[in-house]
Amino acid sequence: MSTAATALSAETAAQPQAKWDRDPILTVEHLTMRFGGLTAVNDLSFSVGHGDITALIGPNGAGKTTVFNCVTGFYKPTEGRIVMRHGPGMQQETVDAVTASDKRYRAANDGSVFLLERMPDFEISKRAKVARTFQNIRLFSGMTVLENLLVAQHNPLMIASAFTVGGILGLPNYRRAQREAIDKAVSWLEQVNLIDRADDPAGDLPYGAQRRLEIARAMCTEPKLLCLDEPAAGLNPRESSELNELLQHIRGTGTSVLLIEHDMGVVMEISDHIVVLDYGVKISDGDSGFVRNDPKVIAAYLGVDDEDEIDIPEVRQELVELEKEARRQGHADAGLKLPKGDSE
Amino acid sequence: MAADNSAVPASDINPVGAQIEREQRAAATPPAAHNTFDWKTAARNAAIAAFIAGVLGFFFLGMRTDIAPGGLVITYRWLVLLFAVALVFLGRLLLETFIFNAAPALARVIAGLLFIAAIGFMMAYDVPGTRQLNRLLVGVGLGAAIVAVLYLVAAYSRRAPAAKRKTVTGPPTWASRAPGIVLFLIAAGLPFIITTLFPGQQRQYIDLAILIMTYVMLGWGLNIVVGLAGLLDLGYVAFYAVGAYSFALLSTHFEFMGFWMALPLAGILAAFWGIILGFPVLRLRGDYLAIVTLAFGEIIRVVLLNWYDFTGGPNGISGIPKPTFLGMDFTRGEDGVAAFLGIEYSTIHRFIYLYYIIFILAIITNLVTMRLRKLPVGRAWEALREDEIACRSLGINTTNTKLTAFAIGAMFGGFAGSFFATRQGFISPESFSFLESAIILAIVVLGGLGSQLGVVAASVVMIGGIEMLRNVGFVNNIFPGFDPVQYRMLIFGFAMVAIMVWKPRGLVTTRDPSAVLKERKKIGADMVAQGEGH
Repeated sequence: MSTAATALSAETAAQPQAKWDRDPILTVEHLTMRFGGLTAVNDLSFSVGHGDITALIGPNGAGKTTVFNCVTGFYKPTEGRIVMRHGPGMQQETVDAVTASDKRYRAANDGSVFLLERMPDFEISKRAKVARTFQNIRLFSGMTVLENLLVAQHNPLMIASAFTVGGILGLPNYRRAQREAIDKAVSWLEQVNLIDRADDPAGDLPYGAQRRLEIARAMCTEPKLLCLDEPAAGLNPRESSELNELLQHIRGTGTSVLLIEHDMGVVMEISDHIVVLDYGVKISDGDSGFVRNDPKVIAAYLGVDDEDEIDIPEVRQELVELEKEARRQGHADAGLKLPKGDSE
Repeated sequence: MAADNSAVPASDINPVGAQIEREQRAAATPPAAHNTFDWKTAARNAAIAAFIAGVLGFFFLGMRTDIAPGGLVITYRWLVLLFAVALVFLGRLLLETFIFNAAPALARVIAGLLFIAAIGFMMAYDVPGTRQLNRLLVGVGLGAAIVAVLYLVAAYSRRAPAAKRKTVTGPPTWASRAPGIVLFLIAAGLPFIITTLFPGQQRQYIDLAILIMTYVMLGWGLNIVVGLAGLLDLGYVAFYAVGAYSFALLSTHFEFMGFWMALPLAGILAAFWGIILGFPVLRLRGDYLAIVTLAFGEIIRVVLLNWYDFTGGPNGISGIPKPTFLGMDFTRGEDGVAAFLGIEYSTIHRFIYLYYIIFILAIITNLVTMRLRKLPVGRAWEALREDEIACRSLGINTTNTKLTAFAIGAMFGGFAGSFFATRQGFISPESFSFLESAIILAIVVLGGLGSQLGVVAASVVMIGGIEMLRNVGFVNNIFPGFDPVQYRMLIFGFAMVAIMVWKPRGLVTTRDPSAVLKERKKIGADMVAQGEGH
């Protein structure tokens, strides 16, 4: 066994209760997703800490987007439990009670528990307050930027318009709600620096602006957890650093963030917690310092042809040295995923 | 070559690939400008087109088989072929001069020649019973029309690149609303315009106005489903039928049930059937959605046709009561509306009243739709048309949203159907064939998906146009042997194709945003998605 890995395992063992395990907003437990004969995600468990920025990384095809689609209800998982919590702590008793019943969720003022694998996608956004963005941007391109943000506030506006009846009659209640919705949209547009384009069709915006708008749109649903699928893909370095600031701001508003990202600059800089997937299995879980030194991660990433996946020079240097060490110790096939037993 | 071009600064790096091509393009002489006209090319292209027309038409036009004693004989019609070839040659030359290369001087000469030719043609045509002066006037009109069309087409084709701009900016002034307001005022005063201008044909024209208005209302109703929610519905006539039969059956079974009482019930029943249709099609996309809605429309018609005990089958239902005005009928007697209002009785009053009923129903449809667009449910419809998956990620219940679109669209179809029943006094399943669905859908598509004004324009063009073509028998006096009434459907088909070629996204192609922060900008149709099944 590699000495580095042993040392690191000992380190994790020394602090068995990480912050995200003590106070998670989302726990994914034994998640398995099969598509016919293909197992995209296999017995995956991890937690997303309250108020954290959590990154889900891994080589192409590792199953990251599948996990996302399970969490946001676009896929129904084959096995496993996905629990979203509003309010502090594990709330283990409530979770067990809801799981044993045939209910989908239990909402209360002091803390609510949602079993996401039982809920349809739109309810996950509406009730459990999980918002998401998409890897290939999905804006309403024929509608203006402002309209995009108003569509995101559909559910509160629907209630304010008394399910359309009050709105048709033009009751003052709805008009006030509409004004507030526009104010909220404006504040997010200012935040993502798109206020000057508010009346332009969303499809006319440049790529980077569309990414920012999609995040603003997701934030207009007032989520407790924001899931971002490769938000930095296709952004230039300046836009990337703006994205970092935006994500920090979102965390500041009390929303937890779960992101899939290939850009290690973004991931290492802002993430409190990183989960690494490879071939649908979790291979590492910890803070950025831990993950970047984990030989399994290094092996998984060096196994990918495209070494640019890791684009921080120091990290790459470290990886090369660690790989040499691994080879010296007999793992001639360091390019492949290390056998499971070796690291335990 | 790039090196020869002094305008491009010398570079150390040799240009490669696309860069070379770009620089070569920049260095090359600019392409022939619009106003330079090459006689030889134009003549050669026209000759080629004429030759192709000659080859293609050799058997089709040049020869004809006729039945003769003892078998078929071939008669030769070289004159017809020659005429066709000359026509193609001339047409191509016109295209070359007016559109492909603008040659102002030549264009004027040709326009002048055409003008004179039109007059000459009319003067030379000696039709018995027409006076010289009349023919001259028609000739001048015809010539002017040809020249005007040519110039308009030329101007439009030159302007086309500018028209493809993505966004059209415009302040929310009265000017932008003017077309709608003018149309509204015309429609509101239409019966009086008709009775004043055409006292002889008032009944016919008011009937036509009622028909157009019915289709405007149906178009607006279907626009909710197809234009806003983006769900292609080929069976909209089913709701029209449900509305019509609801009123017909209610009124014939219950004495007290008049039009005004049955109208809301018919709307509710149609909305109910809209939801019933909505459920099975919720999961369907694209072509499958279109096929199921088409089937639904046919199922309703076939049930009406075969459920003899209930619907009367192919015999239909007759004796449907006329609408009353404050409980009074439009009759000559003491208790009639005319006596109540103190005006002289005329049969036309009832038609004017029917016109105003459908006018108000249509206006209500429009106002409700415009309002719904600015409400969350309307925005959700449009968002659904743009991207259903994104909608679900934002917590929008797409099932309910689709069902409300189907239900509200169906409700207006039901109102219109109920009006149809009371206007006709008799309904049968024949009135609710697939052709009706197709016409309503064509109105929505030709008008421009989601556009309210477009629906009006398309209804007037399609319903009004096809009816007006019945009334152009006088053309037969001018061109003996050509009766446009016979070619009505052909002309109609050509018109539809022409609109779709000229404006592929319909007559009105911009989308008005439902909420504005600072400046109202219209959104070009190329940005707007068309939804499922298109």
